[in-house]
Amino acid sequence: MSAVLEARGVSRVLSGAVPVTLVQDIDLHIERGEFIAITGPSGSGKSSLLYLLGLLDLPTRGVVRLEGQDTGRLDSEALAALRLAKLGFVFQFHFLLPEFSVLDNVLLPMRRLAARPEAGMRQRALALLEELGLTAKLANLPEQLSGGERQRVAIARALANEPLVILADEPTGNLDTRNGQIVFDIFRRLVRDNGQTVITVTHDPNLSRQARRQVHLVDGRLTNDALTPQTA
Amino acid sequence: MPLVLDIALTHLRHRKRQSLVSVLGVAMGVGFFIAMAALMQGFQSYFITKVIDVWPHVVMKDEFRTAPRQPAEVLFEAGALRLDGVKPRDELRGIRDARVALAEINRMPGVTAAPTLRGQVFLRYGTRDVSATMVGIDPERERTVSQLEKDLVAGNLNALYSAANGLILGEGVARKIGAEMGDTLTAISPAGVVLKMKVIGIFRTGITVIDNFETYTLLKKAQVLQGRPNVINQIRIRLADVKQARTIAGRLEARYGYRTESWEETYENILGIFVIQNGIMYSSVGAILIVAAFGIFNIISTVIHEKTRDIAILKSMGFAERDIRRIFLLEGLLVGIAGTLIGWALGQGLTRLLSVVRFNIEGFVTAQGFFLYYTINHYLIAGSFALVSSVFAAYLPARKAARLNPVEIIRGAA
Repeated sequence: MSAVLEARGVSRVLSGAVPVTLVQDIDLHIERGEFIAITGPSGSGKSSLLYLLGLLDLPTRGVVRLEGQDTGRLDSEALAALRLAKLGFVFQFHFLLPEFSVLDNVLLPMRRLAARPEAGMRQRALALLEELGLTAKLANLPEQLSGGERQRVAIARALANEPLVILADEPTGNLDTRNGQIVFDIFRRLVRDNGQTVITVTHDPNLSRQARRQVHLVDGRLTNDALTPQTA
Repeated sequence: MPLVLDIALTHLRHRKRQSLVSVLGVAMGVGFFIAMAALMQGFQSYFITKVIDVWPHVVMKDEFRTAPRQPAEVLFEAGALRLDGVKPRDELRGIRDARVALAEINRMPGVTAAPTLRGQVFLRYGTRDVSATMVGIDPERERTVSQLEKDLVAGNLNALYSAANGLILGEGVARKIGAEMGDTLTAISPAGVVLKMKVIGIFRTGITVIDNFETYTLLKKAQVLQGRPNVINQIRIRLADVKQARTIAGRLEARYGYRTESWEETYENILGIFVIQNGIMYSSVGAILIVAAFGIFNIISTVIHEKTRDIAILKSMGFAERDIRRIFLLEGLLVGIAGTLIGWALGQGLTRLLSVVRFNIEGFVTAQGFFLYYTINHYLIAGSFALVSSVFAAYLPARKAARLNPVEIIRGAA
């Protein structure tokens, strides 16, 4: 099976008086339907790797391929278009637009992509929100939601354009255990039911254990890349 | 609604007070521009129509732009000798062959000409003395070159023919000397001739310099008074097309050699003041709009500062730099549009207000209120200036927003 996302010898160095190496020589091969947790101590470059895989940041060396396409050759416009259509982001902080209702926040990426009619977008947003148990909060503003609810709205927004890959950066960092578990359950369902790929950064071993594959970073280098032993 | 417009509107809606202040800033600039432009152009075009109406469009005078050369200079063109203290030759003033010139000028299409003798006189009425300009005219022909008859507030032009020594006074002259219709006063010329003259008319043009200093009499009487029989020293010319004044004046001067002034040249100093006036108006209104532009710059910079997280997530979501830039440019444009619309209403209201103000002024012209000039052009100029400056003010912060690196912001927020 061909890789949906692939990193080849990827390094990212921040230039400056004292250059800072964020990640170094990363090789990763990610296939469709994988559920990957990127783990490691803080400052090990987990998030940096995620941003590189998510085409938010460009490697100083090496290649990131999305569906076999070398993304290093694309301009910012084309990268934005790829992110819009193929990738979905969830961050530790929800980043919902505070002036927009729950429903409107979820509609945003769909309206930008404009791949389906207005009614279709609404239908999809409603379905997503229902799936995530947010039907009662459609018209609410983000500030009227609890932390767990906000993060679920952010997930719904990330899923809006049916992305190939969902990239999550400490999505449970601001959540209690119960809500954190809810988020991971959602991820598992996405992988199992939709065949979508989920890559999540986490430092919580209880959660990372639920991913099917764990990638461990230390000091910007990939030190371990293995399937999680299946217990249950 | 397009998505970027939706976002732009939402940003502005959620910052009502700031948005309102920015909008009002633009509105003030636009409104004041419209009111001031109406005021300035109103006055200027009133003055110009008045001048064109009252004053002959072109005047040929018995003067030369450069003094005639001395015989010695003509004779010794390249002389090494220099003669000092050569007095100018006595020359008889007046336009020579005026009759021929008049006939020729009158034959030109769209041009009418009338002879006048213009000179200084001293008017005495009882114990009061006033110095004035006396213009000797031929009423029949004067009718074809000026609106004197229309400007008469008392008497009529033909009375000049019937009265023994008829005199028409400018309103200001009459007031200064205290004479009224039918009064007889004494006119004394520099030539020493004294003539009893009867006031048979009073005129008011509205242009102060004319009303306060000019008087009219029959050409023959003026020639007697000035001791210059059969002499005229000005040919007054009226044109069918006033825009031709400069060209025709130039042509006549080239043909006859006499200094020939178009009305633009005669009123050059005042027209020059208008240019300065316009400059002042445009720069002060420009300043208002620049301040307004700073307001827009400020609100959009603030919005962007507050919205860095939103910008980061929009970019990570797949919004291109272009989209982000467009959002904030639109915000500037929206402020500009709203400000322009309100400013139009404000300008309309201000000009209405100015139009009912009543007072007496006596400057270049005499009037009882402001002259206002309405034209859609003022609205369009103000509007486009406001829109351009709004978009420009928004452009710099918008560009900055578009260039924000989402990774840095997301890292910072975590």
